[in-house]
Amino acid sequence: MKKIIIAIGAILLACLGLAFWAHQLEKPAAAGNGQNLIIYNWGDYLDPQLVKKFEKQTGYHVVYETFDSNEAMYTKIKQGGTAYDLTIPSEYMVTKMRKAHLLDQLDKKEIPNMKYIGKSFLHKSFDQNNDYSVPYFWGTLGIVYNDKFVKKGAIKNWNDLWSKKYRNQILLVDSARDAMGISLVSLGYSMNTTSSLRLRLAQTKLDSLGTNIKAIISDEMKMYMIQNEAAIGLTWSGEAHEMMENNPHLHYIVPEQGSNLWFDNFVIPKTAKNKKAALQFINFMLKPENAAQNAEYVGYATPNIKAQHLLPKRVREDKQFYPDEKTLRNLQVFKDLGPKKTQEYNDLFLEFKMYAR
Amino acid sequence: MRNKHLIARIYLSFTLVLLYVPIFYLIYFSFSSGKNMNKFEHFTFAHYQTLFQDNRLLAIFLETILLALLSSLIATIIGTFGAIAISAMKKEAHKNTTLALNNVLMVSPDVIIGASFLIFFTALGIGLNFGSVLLSHIAFSIPIVVLMVLPRLNEMDYSLIDAARDLGANSWQVFSHVLIPTIMPGIFSGLFMALTYSLDDFAVTFFVTGNGFSTLSVEIYSRARQGIDLEVNALSTVMFLFVLLLVGIYYFITTKKSRRKNHRVIGGLVK
Amino acid sequence: MKTKKAFFLVPYLAWIILFVILPILLILWYSFTDSSHSFTLSNYVTFFKNGTFLKMMINSFWYAFLITLITLLISYPAAYFLTKMKNQQLWLLLIILPTWINLLLKAYAFIGILGNNGLVNKFLHLFGIGPVNILFTDFAFIFVATYIEIPFMILPIFNAIKEISPAVIQASEDLGASKWQTFRYVLWPLSRPGVESGVQAIFIPSLSLFMLTRLIGGNKVITLGTAIEEYFMTTMNWNMGATIGVVLIVLMILVMLLTNKKTKRKKVNL
Repeated sequence: MKKIIIAIGAILLACLGLAFWAHQLEKPAAAGNGQNLIIYNWGDYLDPQLVKKFEKQTGYHVVYETFDSNEAMYTKIKQGGTAYDLTIPSEYMVTKMRKAHLLDQLDKKEIPNMKYIGKSFLHKSFDQNNDYSVPYFWGTLGIVYNDKFVKKGAIKNWNDLWSKKYRNQILLVDSARDAMGISLVSLGYSMNTTSSLRLRLAQTKLDSLGTNIKAIISDEMKMYMIQNEAAIGLTWSGEAHEMMENNPHLHYIVPEQGSNLWFDNFVIPKTAKNKKAALQFINFMLKPENAAQNAEYVGYATPNIKAQHLLPKRVREDKQFYPDEKTLRNLQVFKDLGPKKTQEYNDLFLEFKMYAR
Repeated sequence: MRNKHLIARIYLSFTLVLLYVPIFYLIYFSFSSGKNMNKFEHFTFAHYQTLFQDNRLLAIFLETILLALLSSLIATIIGTFGAIAISAMKKEAHKNTTLALNNVLMVSPDVIIGASFLIFFTALGIGLNFGSVLLSHIAFSIPIVVLMVLPRLNEMDYSLIDAARDLGANSWQVFSHVLIPTIMPGIFSGLFMALTYSLDDFAVTFFVTGNGFSTLSVEIYSRARQGIDLEVNALSTVMFLFVLLLVGIYYFITTKKSRRKNHRVIGGLVK
Repeated sequence: MKTKKAFFLVPYLAWIILFVILPILLILWYSFTDSSHSFTLSNYVTFFKNGTFLKMMINSFWYAFLITLITLLISYPAAYFLTKMKNQQLWLLLIILPTWINLLLKAYAFIGILGNNGLVNKFLHLFGIGPVNILFTDFAFIFVATYIEIPFMILPIFNAIKEISPAVIQASEDLGASKWQTFRYVLWPLSRPGVESGVQAIFIPSLSLFMLTRLIGGNKVITLGTAIEEYFMTTMNWNMGATIGVVLIVLMILVMLLTNKKTKRKKVNL
């Protein structure tokens, strides 16, 4: 018995030691103020250098956690029990979260740097007065292709993807709205279609793309495209940007037929524990030099006009990533379709995944 | 006869090669200065440097061990008590019902355990963090402890207890001097199994984690979803050495003891 | 005495109620309600009316069956040969060791190994084949799952064969039984318990390998596990996810009842 008590004691002691050690490790290197800022963001969507800079300036300790779809993020926050201080949903998700009363109103006095945001990015329909959200990045959905396998100019619009030539060559982003959206646009429908018949048709069309689909993945698509693992990737502009930087054979196009235009935004969930730090962080990220640095790291287009001017000319004038007015007119922004329709999109997409072979 | 052994040897070696190729593949590329696992560029320790400066990953490593130790300790205590309680049940029916309930978690697929625990924590308003993961790990480790301890209790010679009582031992003394020492091997292997269950788990943790807490499995999963990162390779080298060290110590200790016993415990090494 | 009994029983009973019974009730409740918490059978109607789910179910069981079968085919000879080796302890240890490396790390290794420029394709290239598309195929998924499960199958079979007295085999051979007959009528039946526990240890986990369907199967292999994960973690339709879970639980119970009956009958025959 004595032995057992000693053993239990030893294990508990070891636990205590481990807890202490882990705590030491998680503490910021510089003397901080002991407060955490928990950011819940997309993978690789923020320059880690800036996080360090922020920690140094303010003394907060930043915990960075990632999600890989708007829906996954929504689920974690809606489920409750989490205390993320800051997260970055896309526009339709902002609406959805607002409707579900998950978002806190922003104290705009604390974010003076909001003045650097371009007018065309503010007061969007998903958040009329920007009471809840601050634009972070924006971009498009498009096609990345590798000129080793695909002739330049061979792919101009979505329908070209259905060609038999690309059997088992396409990587598709794992997102119901985007995948269904591609199919909808290729049929000439709106990306916000709610007609069940049209959605069925779109799914049937997507099904017929199945044999061309090599995999349905998310962040790792970057690596596979860079390594010439597949000929075509359907993904977002910033992802494409990073791929192209690492592999000169890759090119990005936004089909003229139309595509998705999206805005990712800072929001503060109601459950946040450290709202003050979150506001500080938003303001910090809006500072032109920081926004520019972040834009260069992440590769997406920044809505921060002042920051845009700090970017190298070739970047800011690259029409693939900062599309002109004409292209923008063809692009559609996702709307929140309500739980029932969203579910329909998800179910159809899941069904598609089952038959994608 | 010799021929037969040769086939056996070849077949087993082949199996072993198959089992170890992925591990050594990871280790090999952890020393490459490249960015992927396709071509070995130059020899470098750079990824190890990154690893040992990556405080978050190191902290997760420690917390994973902490979680395993703590959850298996608590699960062993509750499980042992449960086994004692079951063996003391008089009615066969009660015993069988309890055992059936005990085994529910043993035979359920991990996703269902994870999903139902997620519902459970949400319904009770328990936040998702270290606490919820710890509770889950305790919960899914208890049945295996019961199953490990129970046979020992059934084998136990109850005349021992009677004898102890006749000699004037009180309940506590019977418990601590007779009962526990007799079932000790069972408790030990239960603890061990609970430890492996906890260290090995991914699916359940994936469902019930949140708020900055993560275990190694979950962290590796989210990193693997970003693509190849040779820091993960460096991590696998470290883990391999760690396991090798543990097993080495274990082997060293047990080969000193009798062979038969040794064999039984090794059987317990695996789920 | 009574209080003492309660002392042992209470924490354990609390565990049963909180973590076994309550979760089952909750998952049942979710499966019979819709998103506004009112009673409905529509989830089950969708499940059984919509061919997708039934097909997915059959698919998952088929994959699990294949994984188990292939693992068994590889592991049985290995376990048998293992009993013939001299340094059994060492061999055994070497086989167990990989199971201590985190499963996700092993899956991660295969991302590199199976790629177009990975180890396998480099090897095939030596023979002028390739590159063959391996990653993101059914084959890749089954292969990696099998790889992960092999040690868990070898161990129980090894233990079972080890228990068989060599005299029995000897006797069978002395009586003129061929090798196949010895295997069929002596070795196999006597090692059955090991095979059974191995199969049990593999079949059930094979249903929840959603991390592999993601990382290795490229989301083109959708099993029940993937679907449950998707419904719970991505699309937030817990009701449908719970329904799939309940169907799975019911199936498992059925399978177990059937196998239990079999063993009982056998006992009577003996």
